Amino acid sequence: MEKHCMDSQVKGVSTGTTILAAIFDGGVVIGSDTRASVGGEYVSSKTINKVIQVHDRIFCCMAGSLADAQAVTKAAKFHLSFHSVQMESPPLVIAAASVLKELCYKNKEELQAGFITAGWDIKKGPQVYVVALGGMLVRQPVTIGGSGSTFIYGYVDAKYKPSMTKEECLQFATNALALAMGRDNVSGGVANLVVITETGVEHVVVPGDKLPRFHDE
Amino acid sequence: MPNLGQQISSKNDMIPDWTSQEVSTGVSTGAAGPWRTEAYIANRVTDKLTPIHDRIFCCRSGSAADTQAIADVVTYQLGFHSIELDEPPLVETAANLFRASCYRYREELTAGILVAGWDRRKGGQVYCVPIGGMLVRQPVSVGGSGSTYIYGFMDSNYKPGLTKEQCLELTAAALSLAMERDGSSGGVVRLATISEDGVERRVILGNQLPKFSTH
Repeated sequence: MEKHCMDSQVKGVSTGTTILAAIFDGGVVIGSDTRASVGGEYVSSKTINKVIQVHDRIFCCMAGSLADAQAVTKAAKFHLSFHSVQMESPPLVIAAASVLKELCYKNKEELQAGFITAGWDIKKGPQVYVVALGGMLVRQPVTIGGSGSTFIYGYVDAKYKPSMTKEECLQFATNALALAMGRDNVSGGVANLVVITETGVEHVVVPGDKLPRFHDE
Repeated sequence: MPNLGQQISSKNDMIPDWTSQEVSTGVSTGAAGPWRTEAYIANRVTDKLTPIHDRIFCCRSGSAADTQAIADVVTYQLGFHSIELDEPPLVETAANLFRASCYRYREELTAGILVAGWDRRKGGQVYCVPIGGMLVRQPVSVGGSGSTYIYGFMDSNYKPGLTKEQCLELTAAALSLAMERDGSSGGVVRLATISEDGVERRVILGNQLPKFSTH
């Protein structure tokens, strides 16, 4: 399979990106940057939304080819709402992740898109699932993705703790995104975060000038 | 580029400057262990910190053969230069010698080198000579295949004005994080602290490394 350099072989607009999700005590934070670029040379959008709501308490972050990711999430939204009507109850987070996984796996030859699904459901509380490029599905307490993620593996490994408070988790996510955007040329814009708990959903946007700055900036 | 021969693709270096409270300045440099040829670990306890002169070291990444050859050439040139001047050489001179070789033979070489040392003129210094032969001085630098994973960690944790112990801790932590994530890095951590007083070398074995775990 020739899918090594994901970003450079993607035609058209790609979300060279940084996405992450992390569980804290009582909920989950999911977030991303907001840059869309063409070939790593031209920023086609500085404020694109990569955090898509697929159901009331389930969000999804996309990475890879923007066209593919948007098409897949649109299809997933439809499947999920149909499933929810049939079951007469809010869908489980794993259901949302599985729907994405099915689409990615069955169409792996044509698609170049990866996702992080995060949400809250009554059965297992806050959860984070990763659907990788070829259609693998795995559950993790914290996960990062996209081209900018390589630069923050060390930071996330060192800094993440499983039972943080909501504020600590938000600060952790903001810092991680800021560090990745600082090093990856195809990630940037603002930090777009969503906090999902049993009680509801909260959107937090951190504009560029409010992002944390580090010693060499 | 043929993949024959040994690659120090496991290379991962981190060299911050540090200033101790006694206002003497120095440098600590670290490197992680194994060398690989494809999926075989040729040597799991390689020493990638190479002395070039009494108070100048280099960290090597890329092709092992290339970097050893360049280091040998520079050691000779620097030793000769130092005898001519009748005084210890500057770190900047050593860095420029590396850059001269790496740039002139850029088509043939695969070598990423970090030069670090102490001299009387500018104290502790770090110079980065990546593949292609650029030269830049930085307060802190990382290199090698594992380095991408720790850019974020270094950006957030390095501050100017660290003490020697803080610097060593930071280096060891960064190297362990990178070794955990990079398939080509691993083995032991080798550290060297270079200051006016001399060079101090340490080794941190695998089971003594700081532990981080997200699951």
